[in-house]
Amino acid sequence: MTAQSRDFAASAELASDLRQWRTRALTAGVIGAVLLLVGIFLVSPFQLYESYLWSYVFYVGVTLGCLVWLMLQYLTGGAWGVVIRRPAEAAARTLPLLALLFLPIVVGIPNLYQWSHANLVANDPVMQHKQIYLNVPFFLIRAALYLGGWNFLAWYFNRWSAREDEGSPVAHRKMAALAGPGILFWGFSITFMAVDWVLSLNPRWFSTIFGMLFMAGQGLSGMAFLITLLVLLSYRRPMSEILTPRHLHDLGKLLLCMVMVWAYFTFSQFLIIWAGNLPDEITWYVARLHGGWRYIALALVLGHFALPFALLLSRDLKRNFKLLAGIAIFILCMRYVDVYWLVAPDFSRGRFAVSWMDFVAPVALGGIWLWAFVTQLEKRPLMPLGEPNLEEALQHGRE
Amino acid sequence: MIKPIYGLMAEFDNPTSLVNAARAAREKGYRRLDAYSPFPIEELTDALHLHHNKLPLIVLCGGILGGLTGFLLQYYITVIDFPINIGGRPLDSWPAYIIITFELTILFGAISAVLGLLGLCGLPMPYHPTFNVPRFALASRNRFFLCIEARDPLFDHDQTSAFLETLEPREVSEVAN
Repeated sequence: MTAQSRDFAASAELASDLRQWRTRALTAGVIGAVLLLVGIFLVSPFQLYESYLWSYVFYVGVTLGCLVWLMLQYLTGGAWGVVIRRPAEAAARTLPLLALLFLPIVVGIPNLYQWSHANLVANDPVMQHKQIYLNVPFFLIRAALYLGGWNFLAWYFNRWSAREDEGSPVAHRKMAALAGPGILFWGFSITFMAVDWVLSLNPRWFSTIFGMLFMAGQGLSGMAFLITLLVLLSYRRPMSEILTPRHLHDLGKLLLCMVMVWAYFTFSQFLIIWAGNLPDEITWYVARLHGGWRYIALALVLGHFALPFALLLSRDLKRNFKLLAGIAIFILCMRYVDVYWLVAPDFSRGRFAVSWMDFVAPVALGGIWLWAFVTQLEKRPLMPLGEPNLEEALQHGRE
Repeated sequence: MIKPIYGLMAEFDNPTSLVNAARAAREKGYRRLDAYSPFPIEELTDALHLHHNKLPLIVLCGGILGGLTGFLLQYYITVIDFPINIGGRPLDSWPAYIIITFELTILFGAISAVLGLLGLCGLPMPYHPTFNVPRFALASRNRFFLCIEARDPLFDHDQTSAFLETLEPREVSEVAN
């Protein structure tokens, strides 16, 4: 069967599934949001902003992870890239919503960041020196640059992808041309984003590899999300006729690779700071490796690295749709724990405290994000019609 | 006395015929067979059911052995053989061992992959009967060969020869031992 004779639109069963997912996601999102607002009075507004911040950083990670895989596959080619193009494009189209969802953080700056308080800065020479960078107007300008840049990339790749479907002969070259610079922009923006949004919660501490932790994390979150989604789509036409174990095998290898990259960066930071053992630096780990936090750290070593690493070594497992999706979902959960572990100890001053709002916030934001994602996914056929390597990708892993 | 032969070899023009022939031979029940091609053919691996071999296990064992070697080597030096107090840290400061442990895991894994590959392929192999077929030299140019070995339990000179003829090869030849 040739690509031209195929219909890549969602089948009736899938369309009804997607509608159901969309409704459920929105319901969960709205209920979660209401609970979070109630939490302002039951717990504290501080807790709301804290829980919101790391949930937001997590979903930005999933979205940008999808965007960077989208850009990467224009540079590398490969059947795996063709099958993830439409879901990754749909995820990128949620970036306008994520820009809007940044507003609560803008409102919460005084609750979140010590450097925004003039009286605290006045009594702290370190913060005084950093004030030229860490001040509210510049923080907002930078955030606008990151969000603007990401939105531009999302718009560009979606626009030319639509033109490619209509038969534009230059579209693929246009997208490949911006993919490299786009990844470069992503790398720089994530470094600054990690410093601004997360690292500056503790303005006395610094780590130059910190941005890399988020790059690896985003790549891992994005891939885990795309694998989960493809497996969910694979039960219905048209994807049930398109996806082969070979596609999943390739994506599974990338998932394994990102698990290792994450562990590599995370351990690199730990080893250097642990070996130096300097008071300025080690405090960050002291806060994260004592009390209840040590169990979360241990859970990350085992659940974010050791277990997925050992399981993903297996070839048969990577070709098994359900098992691979199971691991991908587990990794997504561990991703959330990792972001939580990076952010939360700075708020609780080393004390171990988990609020119920830490569980509600990801459901609220995730529900709204998924709703937006599914809405975008429904808009276009599930495979890129104009993709030059479409036929090859469809034959991947077939006789 | 007739000298026993190594097997029967069929010669094909194109990779598709070779893959189809290999698949047909597998279906017929032949197990001791091998295919020769000038370039790697992915489908052939499936057709001959060559996916599950012992190499991954050998590499895994090599990697684990390398990891243990790296870790215990450092433990022995810093804790038992030459204990020095460095910055007040415990003698068995395992985070510092990780890099060497990691490197030796990879080194031993890679070496076992190379040696395991050579071992499982039976290399180096100065003599192989297939080269007794004069046309076999074309296997590194533009011809594709399927060889059913005489060791196969189903092997019968006349029947196997007739079977290979049904696959429409260019030629079927005996491989002398």
